[in-house]
Amino acid sequence: MNTETQNNNHLIKRIFVKTGVLPLFLIIVVITMSIATDSFLAEKNLLTVARQSTYLILAAVAQMIILLTRGLDLSIGTMFAMSSVITSMTMVALFGEDSSPWVVIIIGMLAGMGSCMLIGALNGVGVAFFNIPPFIMTLAMSSIVAGLAFYITGGTPVYGMPDEFSEVFGYGKVFGVSTPIIVTVVIVAAVYVYINWTRMGRYLYAIGGNPKATELSGINVKFHLFFTYLISSFITGISALLLTARLESGESNIGVEYPLISIAACAIGGVSLFGGIGKLSNVVLGAIFIILVQNGMNLLQLNSYLQMVAIGILLIFAVVADNYRVKLSMGLNN
Amino acid sequence: MSVNNELLRVENISKQFPGTLALDNISLNVKAGEVHILFGENGAGKSTLIQTISGVHRPTKGKIFIDGVETVITSVHHARELGISAVFQEFSISSNLTVEENIFLGSEITKGIFLNKQKLREEAKKTLEQLGFDLEVDQSMSYLSRAKLQEVEIAKAFRTKPKIMILDEPTASLTEKETTKLFELIAKLKSENIGIIYITHRMKEIQRIGDRITVLRDGKFIDTIPVEGSNENKLVGLMTGRVVDQIFPKIKNNKGDVRLKIDNISDGTLLENISMEFCAGEVVGIAGLVGSGKSEIGRACFGIHDINAGKIEFLGEKVFDSEQNINNLSPSCMLSKGFYYIPSDRAKEGLVLQRNVKENTSLPSLKLPNFGNKLFLRRKNEKEVVTDILKGLDLSPFNIEKNVEHFSGGNQQKVLISKALTQDVKLFVFDEPTVGVDVGARILIYQFIRDICERGSMVILISSDLPEILHLAHRSYVMHRGKLMAELSAEETTEEAVLSYFFEKEEKGKSINYEYRNTKQ
Repeated sequence: MNTETQNNNHLIKRIFVKTGVLPLFLIIVVITMSIATDSFLAEKNLLTVARQSTYLILAAVAQMIILLTRGLDLSIGTMFAMSSVITSMTMVALFGEDSSPWVVIIIGMLAGMGSCMLIGALNGVGVAFFNIPPFIMTLAMSSIVAGLAFYITGGTPVYGMPDEFSEVFGYGKVFGVSTPIIVTVVIVAAVYVYINWTRMGRYLYAIGGNPKATELSGINVKFHLFFTYLISSFITGISALLLTARLESGESNIGVEYPLISIAACAIGGVSLFGGIGKLSNVVLGAIFIILVQNGMNLLQLNSYLQMVAIGILLIFAVVADNYRVKLSMGLNN
Repeated sequence: MSVNNELLRVENISKQFPGTLALDNISLNVKAGEVHILFGENGAGKSTLIQTISGVHRPTKGKIFIDGVETVITSVHHARELGISAVFQEFSISSNLTVEENIFLGSEITKGIFLNKQKLREEAKKTLEQLGFDLEVDQSMSYLSRAKLQEVEIAKAFRTKPKIMILDEPTASLTEKETTKLFELIAKLKSENIGIIYITHRMKEIQRIGDRITVLRDGKFIDTIPVEGSNENKLVGLMTGRVVDQIFPKIKNNKGDVRLKIDNISDGTLLENISMEFCAGEVVGIAGLVGSGKSEIGRACFGIHDINAGKIEFLGEKVFDSEQNINNLSPSCMLSKGFYYIPSDRAKEGLVLQRNVKENTSLPSLKLPNFGNKLFLRRKNEKEVVTDILKGLDLSPFNIEKNVEHFSGGNQQKVLISKALTQDVKLFVFDEPTVGVDVGARILIYQFIRDICERGSMVILISSDLPEILHLAHRSYVMHRGKLMAELSAEETTEEAVLSYFFEKEEKGKSINYEYRNTKQ
């Protein structure tokens, strides 16, 4: 009897070490929310959660590949704002009586994407070539970009984009599935291949794990670091365009919460903030988890300020649990 | 006082760490006024043993008697109160405090809630005076040499009037003069009936100050013998469990064409006008103390240590020429030409510890067609190639999907070496290849060096482990303070010859210490 409980304990520990806290968190949330509310498990609500998750999933994936290199992106929120503002202003400026809406949309999207990747490139140059700590570089960048976005728009939303933009990318459906979901699935699949099946992906982990050893293995660490920030900003850009289409306006104040919750999704998904460790699938689940929690709290009509409190506590708890997991895994492995 | 002036007795101590038995049934005793030497290879358990005695670890099993009374030592602080002070290799010094602040760190004398600065200063001066150290109490630590830091560390240990002092390789980075001074101090401590536990790798030190020696191997107690009547061969035999000839293989010398030619290189700070030549099919040793510039030569050729003058030619091609402004020295460039540098610090520069063996081994070669096409990795191929290589190196346990951090030092070293085997390498530079590895792995690494050399590769062996240079190298260069002191043929490479170049000219002829391993573990 005694040995059996011990074995069971051991098994639970092993499962915990292997999978982390996330599955536990997810089960707890699903159970409590479905007991506390009637509508949580309703098909309509779950579809809403899926669609709402897409923006954060992409942001978390963008954050993850930077975290893998021992980096950090605090400017991810202002990238959303800047892309949104540039996309909408470009479209508004070009859109007239006789212009084709699709030409305007494509140019607008390219402009928004370009602005986002420019920010990413600048982050990359600062971190890789000028050895600025990612924390400082992206913190400074977020101030610069937020300032510019507010300056350009005066803080007011930009309206007047072609309706087709949000009809397709915000509310559109293909074979009954929302466009944002399809786009997200495609991007996540591409990132999966990138980090698991390409050289560059392998180097992300190597650089984050030990930059010096990676350099001595003949790899151009600076270039790869730069490139990582660029790719990350591309993924953020996609998410920003989808969100802009959904909101039907350019907003200089969107994305404020993204630095926190994208890092939270990664941390809950077991990405090491010291680089070199992290799995894509867990990050996606981490993002879905956060949206589930937010959705549940909305259904419970919890005050939005208290929701901020809850997310912060969850983040701390996730990291504490992960530290404990690492300690356990050393005990089990040796 | 108990029988035989026994200060400390350790009885059948074992220490179990998760997965490893670091100490296995070890017993020893320390008498008043003796220097008890702990001797053994890296990883033999010396450090764990002194950490257990000084209260860092608690033993899993066994008893500790102090002055004949069984005692459970609960913390470092407790050990100090019991009269056991340790000076570890890794100094516990805060570099932005002053000498006096460091000496009293953790046990400051106070008046109410304020520091009693006057008393602190007096006490600090008194301690330094007693020890005969020439230190200013208000000096900041950041300007002091390693020897001076050591003095502060000793003063710190001495402050609590210890009965037993533990010194962990205290001479590892001291000059001959500083060492002599330390030995005078040890003699003085002995005369005051203090018992000393002294860890060293150096044979001559044992003869000079030791009274008894306890030899450990793989966490086990081997023997305690008096220093009188012991000799080097006997000690090495006890330490490794083998005779010297079984450790070092004979390597055939098939000297071929010149592969690497270094011509008058300097770096402006350390290296001065170094010229060397390395040929195919030979093992060339570069010997020297820490800071002699020996590893900087290997690093400079690999492009990770900047030089500003001279020429370097590799395989007949100029890769560096300060006059013609040629500089192709970078790891990626040198690697692609077949130059592989294996760094001395595997955790810092060699391996990505939290990733698995497979990813580490293939990392330098992912660009090669064997491991991937233009876009994607060929992971199946990667796995096969890596499996083959590590089978050849006897990785144990054999699991290439396991993270490198979970392997022993010797097996990590094998993974480090395996990285060089995924591509066509013409020149291997080994920088301290056997630091922190057990005898088994050591023998394997030496055999590996023999194999690649006899197959026609060129091997540069940079090492502070003198026996390694003496037994393996066909030819050796000796470095001292950034200058090339000598080039010695295999016949000329004797301990005396190499050591005579290790030190300042004026110190030649005086009693000189054998440097068995001069780096930290």
